[in-house]
Amino acid sequence: MIRFQQVFKAFPKSLALKDVTFQVGKGEFVFFTGHSGAGKSTILRMVYADDLPTGGSVIVSGMRTSELKRKDIPRLRRRLGIVFQDFRLLDDRTAEENVAFALEVTGTRRSAIAPKVMRVLTQVGLAAKAHAFPREMSGGEQQRVAIARALVNDPLVILADEPTGNLDERATRGVFQLLRDINATGTGVLMATHDLDLVRQTSYRTVELKEGALVYDSGAEAHDPLPEER
Amino acid sequence: MRLTLREALLSFRRAPLLSGLAVTTIGFALFVLGLFSLVALNLRQALSGVAERVEVVMYLQRGTPVDVVTVAIGDIQAFPEVEGVTYVTEEQALERARSELVEFQGVFADLTDNPLPASLEIRLAQGYRDAEHVATVADRLTGFRFAEDVRYGGDWVEKLDRLRDIAAAVGFVIGIAFAAAAVIIIGTTIRMTVLARNREIHIMRLVGATDGFIRRPFLLDGAIKGVLGGLLAIALDYAAYLAVSRSLFTATFFSAGQMLLFLLIGTVLGFVASATSVNRHLPPL
Repeated sequence: MIRFQQVFKAFPKSLALKDVTFQVGKGEFVFFTGHSGAGKSTILRMVYADDLPTGGSVIVSGMRTSELKRKDIPRLRRRLGIVFQDFRLLDDRTAEENVAFALEVTGTRRSAIAPKVMRVLTQVGLAAKAHAFPREMSGGEQQRVAIARALVNDPLVILADEPTGNLDERATRGVFQLLRDINATGTGVLMATHDLDLVRQTSYRTVELKEGALVYDSGAEAHDPLPEER
Repeated sequence: MRLTLREALLSFRRAPLLSGLAVTTIGFALFVLGLFSLVALNLRQALSGVAERVEVVMYLQRGTPVDVVTVAIGDIQAFPEVEGVTYVTEEQALERARSELVEFQGVFADLTDNPLPASLEIRLAQGYRDAEHVATVADRLTGFRFAEDVRYGGDWVEKLDRLRDIAAAVGFVIGIAFAAAAVIIIGTTIRMTVLARNREIHIMRLVGATDGFIRRPFLLDGAIKGVLGGLLAIALDYAAYLAVSRSLFTATFFSAGQMLLFLLIGTVLGFVASATSVNRHLPPL
């Protein structure tokens, strides 16, 4: 479903990714680990076509990102749910409105929005806080709203860039469990983190990066040889 | 559409100061534009008042029979350039001279014979009150056998023509200049709004909003600011008009249609300015 083939990403003064090759199947949970600057975030950005490779190719759900037209990028992103360390909620909108925003933007019928929003807010355990503003919620709650927003368009995969980076231990556990639950229903999760405790708790596939190069992939064997996916 | 409207109005609620400032600046730019339009409008009206007096006078040979003159009047009135013809008899000419030239009262009183000729005063229709047409008509009039002389103010009709051209040109250039200023101002304020809402736009992009979807509220925002600016400008222009009318001279204000046109201009300016600004400043995907 997601395939990186000999991907290079060069910036004017540095090389962010060096010859990265891997692929992720449907519904898989994959950790991307490594120090900051190792290239974890770059990989996630390339999946949602915020960055394009300078060499090699990135194929997401059958679409080669470097060949996407500008108008096709929104279509790709609607199949993905994106979660950040800093939540990226709109401060002047309630939890409910923040989630509904993702549906409005994609042109969902008005009558269909409210039930969908309540469903995902219930799923992340925040139905009672639907009318709260981000400033009235804890970090863990805000991240749950962000996850609800990512979920509401029924994505194929959730891309989570250090989703627990700003959270205390208890909130971290809660958010991580939520992502596992989501994965259990068949939605893939790509999670960049440098929290190795979290990684060790589970037997999920782990991809480790170092200075832009892929140095370890616990699931590599399972995918060899690479089947053609297009 | 509802959503677009809501998002556009949100920009006013979220940044009332910036929005107010934008509307005020647009308002002032359009106000100046409106002032010049008013000046042009009043100048034009004053000129057309003068132009109405553009006429050709044909002096008739003494003893021209009235029935011949009547037929000629019919012919002249059939000219496309002619609005109306007035027949001034010899007696009426003398009468007029007596009342208008008071200082020569004595001279007229001593007269035993009326030295003044009868004449036809030909007023030209709107659209023909310029040097070229006046000359054409005058030329045609000299063709009448009983025409003693044909007079028209050739010189000052030409000057009037030139004044009209200058007024139109100046109005046009100044209008364009202030329209451009309004576009730049609206563009700048929209740009500030775009920058202020950068984060939101970024999030919209992440959840898969299309460029059109992101752009629409800004376009509507610009158009609304244009309308409000236009309304403010009309109010200011009206105040200026009142001040001038009360203290200096009676002026003319815009008609309802012209005010509507003015609002339309404001709307279009707002729309165009935000369109160019949004396209230029929308963050890349």
